[in-house]
Amino acid sequence: MRVTRRGLLTGAMAALTLSAGSAMAEDTIKIGEINHYKRMAAFAGPYKLGIELALEEVNTAGGVLGKPLEFIFRDDQGKPGEAVKIAEELMTREGTVMLTGTILSNIGLAISSLAAEKGYVYLASEPLADSIVWEKGNEYTFRLRASTYMQAAMLAEEASKTDAKTFATIAPNYAYGKDAVAAFKKALTALKPDVEFVTEQWPALFKIDAGAEVQAIERAKPDAIYNVTFGGDLAKFVREGTTRGLFDGRQVYGLLTGEPEYLDPLKDEAPEGWTVTGYPWYDFSEGGSNKAFVDAYITEYGERPGIGSLVGYMTVQSIAAAITRAGATDADSLIAGFKGLDVETPVGKIHFREQDHQATMGAFVGTTTVKDGVGVMEDWLYKDGADYLPSDEEVAKLRPSK
Amino acid sequence: MGLFIAQLLTGLANAAALFLVASGLSLIFGVTRIVNFAHGSFYMLGAFIGYSLMQVLPGAVGFWSSILLAGLAVGFIGVIVELLVLRPVYKAPELFQLVATFGVILVIQDLALMIWGAEDVLGPRAPGLKGVIRIMDEPVPKFDLALIAITPFVLFALWYLISKTRVGVLVRAATQDREMVGALGVNQSWLFTGVFFLGAALAGLGGAIQLPKGGADLLMDFNILASIFVVVVIGGMGSLPGAYIAAVLISVLNVFGVAYIPQSTLVLMFVVMAVVLTVRPYGLLGREEVAGEHGQVGEPEQPIKPAGRSARILVLVFLIALACLPFVAEPFFTILATDVIVFCLFAASLHFILGLGGLVSFGHAAYFGGGAYVAALLVNYADAPMELAFLMAPIGAGLLAAIIGWLCLRLSGVYFAMLTLALAQLVWSLVFQWDEFTGGDDGLVDIWPPDYLSDTTVYFYFTMVVGIGGIILLRHMAHTPFGYALRASRDSVRQAEATGIHTKRIQWLAFSVAGALAGLAGALFVFSKGSVFPVELEIAKSFDGLIVVFLGGVKTLSGGVVGAAALTLVQDYITRFEYWRLALGLLIIVVVIIAPKGIVGSFRALFENRLGSAGDKPTGGTQ
Amino acid sequence: MSIVLDVQGLSKSFGGVVAVSDVSFTVDKAELLALIGPNGAGKTTCFNMLMGQLAPTAGNVFLNGEKITGMAPRKVWRKGIGRTFQITGTYSSMTVIENVQMALLSHHNRLFDVRHYAHKQYQDEAMQLLELVGMQEQAERACAVLAYGDLKRLELSIALAHNPKLLLMDEPTAGMAPKERIALMQLTADIVKDRQISALFTEHDMDVVFAHAHRVMVLNRGELIANGSVEMVRSNAEVQEVYLGGGNLYNNAADTHHA
Repeated sequence: MRVTRRGLLTGAMAALTLSAGSAMAEDTIKIGEINHYKRMAAFAGPYKLGIELALEEVNTAGGVLGKPLEFIFRDDQGKPGEAVKIAEELMTREGTVMLTGTILSNIGLAISSLAAEKGYVYLASEPLADSIVWEKGNEYTFRLRASTYMQAAMLAEEASKTDAKTFATIAPNYAYGKDAVAAFKKALTALKPDVEFVTEQWPALFKIDAGAEVQAIERAKPDAIYNVTFGGDLAKFVREGTTRGLFDGRQVYGLLTGEPEYLDPLKDEAPEGWTVTGYPWYDFSEGGSNKAFVDAYITEYGERPGIGSLVGYMTVQSIAAAITRAGATDADSLIAGFKGLDVETPVGKIHFREQDHQATMGAFVGTTTVKDGVGVMEDWLYKDGADYLPSDEEVAKLRPSK
Repeated sequence: MGLFIAQLLTGLANAAALFLVASGLSLIFGVTRIVNFAHGSFYMLGAFIGYSLMQVLPGAVGFWSSILLAGLAVGFIGVIVELLVLRPVYKAPELFQLVATFGVILVIQDLALMIWGAEDVLGPRAPGLKGVIRIMDEPVPKFDLALIAITPFVLFALWYLISKTRVGVLVRAATQDREMVGALGVNQSWLFTGVFFLGAALAGLGGAIQLPKGGADLLMDFNILASIFVVVVIGGMGSLPGAYIAAVLISVLNVFGVAYIPQSTLVLMFVVMAVVLTVRPYGLLGREEVAGEHGQVGEPEQPIKPAGRSARILVLVFLIALACLPFVAEPFFTILATDVIVFCLFAASLHFILGLGGLVSFGHAAYFGGGAYVAALLVNYADAPMELAFLMAPIGAGLLAAIIGWLCLRLSGVYFAMLTLALAQLVWSLVFQWDEFTGGDDGLVDIWPPDYLSDTTVYFYFTMVVGIGGIILLRHMAHTPFGYALRASRDSVRQAEATGIHTKRIQWLAFSVAGALAGLAGALFVFSKGSVFPVELEIAKSFDGLIVVFLGGVKTLSGGVVGAAALTLVQDYITRFEYWRLALGLLIIVVVIIAPKGIVGSFRALFENRLGSAGDKPTGGTQ
Repeated sequence: MSIVLDVQGLSKSFGGVVAVSDVSFTVDKAELLALIGPNGAGKTTCFNMLMGQLAPTAGNVFLNGEKITGMAPRKVWRKGIGRTFQITGTYSSMTVIENVQMALLSHHNRLFDVRHYAHKQYQDEAMQLLELVGMQEQAERACAVLAYGDLKRLELSIALAHNPKLLLMDEPTAGMAPKERIALMQLTADIVKDRQISALFTEHDMDVVFAHAHRVMVLNRGELIANGSVEMVRSNAEVQEVYLGGGNLYNNAADTHHA
């Protein structure tokens, strides 16, 4: 028994020593970056590289407010509770001035809620959930990447241009999949009231039974298919669908399917002729800002950028611009800095909206094909996010009153 | 009709990998009584190794030999794991080995990331089997047909091995009566190693053979875990034909579930399992578990006494020191301490039934998360004040535990554990998929305490009072007649029943109490984090609880709390490093090997040995 | 004399195998009754049916006129039957006295008490029970470290905790040294006499049986072949036949001494 207590005390003491050892604050402006570096390594890796590339550029150019910008990266193990703890540590102990990061929407929402409660500023860089800026939106949270709604609306616009009348949807059975299907249905029905959704398939996330899903969709004989599956589920769905001829003569719309993180693992079996959102890093013309970023990235790291790289890069750009505009690093100034902020980025100028804190970063929409043994997007177009957001009245209704 | 047949064939093909992996798990459990959590990791390794081999070996011959070689390679990895990690801890208390296998999971996760990188890999197609065959006009992939043909062959080969060869006789004997094998003059450890090889090889084969239907990724280890546990339990622990029937049943039902009730994915499997176990508590082809009649395996727990005066003073001093924390340390440490206390209460509640009751719950997160969700739902929908939410959380979680406990306590031992796991997964999948009500994966957010508690320091004191209060309550209960009756029910059901103790009722009540206190921990959690998500109900969370209770020491009163505090602090520190999973996994394995009685138990043993050598045996007495 | 236990036509078969067949007997108040028979004769099965560990295929058991057939052991115990087992099943994680206290707590319906310390309850009563079997010195020892003979004595004191009307003792002296056996049975006989309770026990050691039993029943292949006084059973031809094909019962008993 006595030993037990001693053990506990030792632990507590170790914790105290740890606190004493925390480094003297250097004269930098620190940003807390929380992500699932291990759990989602394929996405968080390129994202981090994008951040580091931008940091180097920002600091070479003299930093912000005369100080170097510094990111402190922390792994949350993919657990929201852990992320909240780390956020507190970053803000209270590491001296960060604001928070950013996360890919998974649930963790984004957890940090966003903490941000509002504690008065921390949080830029949700990658999470897609609409509710981050709408139903659960708050004064302290901003979001960079084009949301589920925006990207689904872009695909719905494309889908409305064809004469397909009956649609099947397939989406992982959880919040993101359901949001993505609801947004697509809403946007498409608005554009083309006579469409009919003949089947909705909801495979369990990362546990897809692809053969069965393909059979179930085939049975409904839709004109077109809307796909939200990703990762390993997407690979299995594409393979079974191709083998069984599901995609023959059908138009398929794939949310995020064109992102290199998802398309590359499929190699030469990448689906052809799908209309997708993604990131055609290989196809930018010389002289443009997109090309400049891609070249700089490849020169620096010797590997292709993913969509995560772009988002990471733009995260730093946005934060640097906001701090510069704010002129100070307290929360109120930063909020003022972000609201209505315009940032020059590789994809062009983006704008952080005052009404819902959503940035107008858009998405690339194009058609998939296989070139040199890898899936690529062709005939793509960059669609500005500003054009795919609901009206201001609608947004005002969605956001909770303060 | 054509579609029906095609769907049936899809189900049968899906059953192949599932059966291979599950049969390995079943075999390992049947002979060694080890619940191998790392079995999913063997499956993942099989997929990655198979993939790498297929890049090198060309053609159809290369393809199929890659699969076999992947199986062999994973088999040898299994042997390494068995020799280095498990062999040293066979003598530890029952199920302690699962902690070691959990360490193996973490190590393999990081090693796989180092070797194969973060990106998913797509499995190559089977040469010569790329197309489809039309059966009644329905396309059926050729590879599916190959899988359907191969699986019964594997089943037959295994059946032959086990029922017709000398090795098989030994395996069967070991499944039924381990001591008999020793009596037959067979080296038991050799047999264990062999079975581990076979079980791991089957998992590896399963991973490699599914490559043409998908690929390999770093999440597949955990993703298959629940399914194979379900298959093994439905089939009957240790029964290979049972595993086959269950794999087919689950896979075929799943195909029809997808077609006719698409929302049912995830939940269906657990419903099937609950139904089967209600009708046949030991699975389709399983036998009633022949458990030791009296108490736990290994050294019995030492008698307990309430803490003496000096110990109480020490605890008091410690608590005062803890209460001073906000004055001496940075604010973050009060947050960390809050997390530690919450997890300690969770662990203590699990320890109450696991240690004192001998009831191994693999699904304790259901009550932690359940309590958190009860509180969050009340706040979210009824705008309930925190005080009410705090009251209802343990009640709700306790009720959930009462229902699940009632269902599970009809079984015992590992069947009990597996059923708690399955029902906890059922709760998880309901919360995960019912997003209209629970918010699904996006959870419930903005659940913060009222102003008077919103300061982190104040909330820390609140957590201290409630959390440590809960721990002390549990500890006190251990010393009361109820706690004694619980231990009596664990030590000897026969004796307890023969002296008027309704053991099931005692256990059921204890299970509910443990659930309620886990729910209390959940309520503390949700108001400290401001949000709750389905991850709080996940298998991984339940495993966290099991790990700390075993690491701390099952057969000591404070094991759960010490283990929880130690792991939270270590984890907080270690996750700052790049390959923290590798480090943490190795650390767990090392602790398991050098301290098989858990941290507290081993410290105590060391302490007593030292006293003993000084000539003052604590159990001296009358001898 | 009043009948405490009345057993009527008790039978048990497992699958097709008949383990106990149509066994009827009674136990009187304050009677020490032995049930003997070769290994596999069905003695333990019989005991298990008396206390509810097994449900009989046919037949009935009455305790003081009340039917207890098929009742769960814990209910039978509350009706007033105490039992010791062939292989002891005491609570190995508790001390000696706590084992007795556990039975006392159960007897006093205190199992759901979550307020008081269990080890402080009924200490005196428990100590008296331990004194009865001569275990008071070892009260605070861990049960797990006890010698086997001590465990048997402890079990006896536990079985007496609820003032039973009837004691069922399945091979109470198995695994003990000869001297200990005699002592334990003497102790049992004294308790039976002092407390006016009845006891039914099985036993292999014929010296023990013949020295203390008031009456002896012989079970062979599930059937009761003799039931009567020590002298009567000793001279019963069928019984002699069963024990080593007509060999002398005394010699056999002597053999087991040295076994």
